[in-house]
Amino acid sequence: MELYWLTAQEIQEKILNREIKVEEVVQIVLERIRQVEDKINAFVTVCENEALQQARKIDKKIVEKEKLGRLVGIPIAIKDNISTKGIKTTCGSKILENYVPPYNATVVEKILAEDAIIIGKTNMDEFAMGTTTETSYFGPTKNPWDLSRVPGGSSGGSAAALAAGETFLALGSDTGGSIRCPASFCGIVGLKPTYGLVSRYGLIAYANTFEQIGPMARTTYDCALLLNVIAGWDPKDSTSVQIQTSDYVEKLTGDFKKLKIGIPKEMIGEGTEDKVLKSLFNYVSKLEEFNVEWTEISLPTLDYALPAYYLIAMSEASSNLARFDGVRYGYRVQDLDLDWNQVFSKSRREGFGAEVKRRIILGTYALSAGYYDKFFLKSLKAITLIKEDFEKAFKKFDVLVSPTMPILPFKLGEKINNPLALYLCDVDTVPVNLVGIPAITFPCDFQENLPVGVQVMAPPFKEDLLLKISYLSERKLQFNKFKPKCDKK
Amino acid sequence: MEKHISREHVKHLSWLARLELSEEEEVLYTSQLNEILEYFNKLSKLNTENVPPTYHVIGKINVFREDEIQPSLSNQEALKNAPKKRNGFFEAPKIL
Repeated sequence: MELYWLTAQEIQEKILNREIKVEEVVQIVLERIRQVEDKINAFVTVCENEALQQARKIDKKIVEKEKLGRLVGIPIAIKDNISTKGIKTTCGSKILENYVPPYNATVVEKILAEDAIIIGKTNMDEFAMGTTTETSYFGPTKNPWDLSRVPGGSSGGSAAALAAGETFLALGSDTGGSIRCPASFCGIVGLKPTYGLVSRYGLIAYANTFEQIGPMARTTYDCALLLNVIAGWDPKDSTSVQIQTSDYVEKLTGDFKKLKIGIPKEMIGEGTEDKVLKSLFNYVSKLEEFNVEWTEISLPTLDYALPAYYLIAMSEASSNLARFDGVRYGYRVQDLDLDWNQVFSKSRREGFGAEVKRRIILGTYALSAGYYDKFFLKSLKAITLIKEDFEKAFKKFDVLVSPTMPILPFKLGEKINNPLALYLCDVDTVPVNLVGIPAITFPCDFQENLPVGVQVMAPPFKEDLLLKISYLSERKLQFNKFKPKCDKK
Repeated sequence: MEKHISREHVKHLSWLARLELSEEEEVLYTSQLNEILEYFNKLSKLNTENVPPTYHVIGKINVFREDEIQPSLSNQEALKNAPKKRNGFFEAPKIL
């Protein structure tokens, strides 16, 4: 097997045993990127020089027997809405095409402090608004399992890079499913942490009350390893929570006393493909041997989660994206004779893509006089009821399980001109962000050589339980051994 | 279909958002926004009488810290990404 298919855990073992130098690991990944990137388009920026420089620094540390970090020598890809000092951070947008952050996001500081290597910045839907990575100004990313299909979004670059062997670890962000959707479509593991577990400092905001940065990897162990590093309170993010975090790697193993699973029937109803349902029930029936029992349940208010999510997310977007005024950073039109409002409006007209504009206009509408109560406030009240439904369910069940995506990865271009059809794809992922709970996705089956992901949801701060279930499922199902053949002509 | 929002209204919103739209965009967004709002209108069926809004899932209100001077960006770093600058300031378009 090619070395780029090893897990982060395995490559780190080789580094620590001095079987391979970090510089060689980085060269292997860069070579793999050169081999497949013209087909996949997972990266906006590949950090060749920075990565090699950092690798040599770490090799020196190893030789000189200095204390080493927990991610020593592991190449990691970072979604392009997470600020990296001195490295372009575009958000997949023309308006930030040349933006170079003067500081690092807290998660970036943390992974660098643990001796990881930033290999590149990954492609994404513009400002994380999308389900396919097709809204990126830098062109769509392709699904490594079938290059004619979407990789999911908005963290499509991070997911595709992992699935294609172009990195060992990746960071994504999840506002309404943006880690879980592409992880599911690309057949990898992705975790959306509890709101407040991971610092958002340096994450360029889209809908700040919903989004979290989270780990993406080819195995559950790798995912836990990365979560260990990024979780924790940050004084620079006032919404991060002061809580004792677990050692998620240590807690991966061990049996369940008994695990009770609820499957919300609202998440397996109309709009869910039969193939996806078949995969889901096939998966849960395989769990029975592990002292796991499951029942279908109802969370009636889930039917209202999608409109509530989109209305609030768009409202927050319209406010958050007001900072792009062409004065402090970002694209600005030539403005010899134009006044402030004209420069502002025209820079945004030329700098933003279609989906971002649509959401800003709709968000402005939902917040404007006469519509605020009907749409925005109503959505906030809906959250209260949806949260109550989840709390009730978690009194009876340890976790809830659903398909991550109601459909299999679809063709590029198939839905991009129908915004509502795309929004409806997020029906099973957005409730999690509305109520702030953690959720994981991992592959539970393959249909027509395309991965099918399962979503497991838990009460706040139960990431350890989610990772444990994923770890157990992975050992039973072994889908992480499957690799796409994207390098074949 | 102009049940929820008219083209004039979209035009007004684009002014409020300081986001100029082309004529084609105005037409396209009017029809798409009507379709989307028709679906979002589903929310009106949810009974929310006496239900308080949830502004924030973790329920934090205020977070305070001591007002101490900490390192921050230099003038040069802060201006590095500005499309226009002059004498150590951002250069903004004229207002009057």
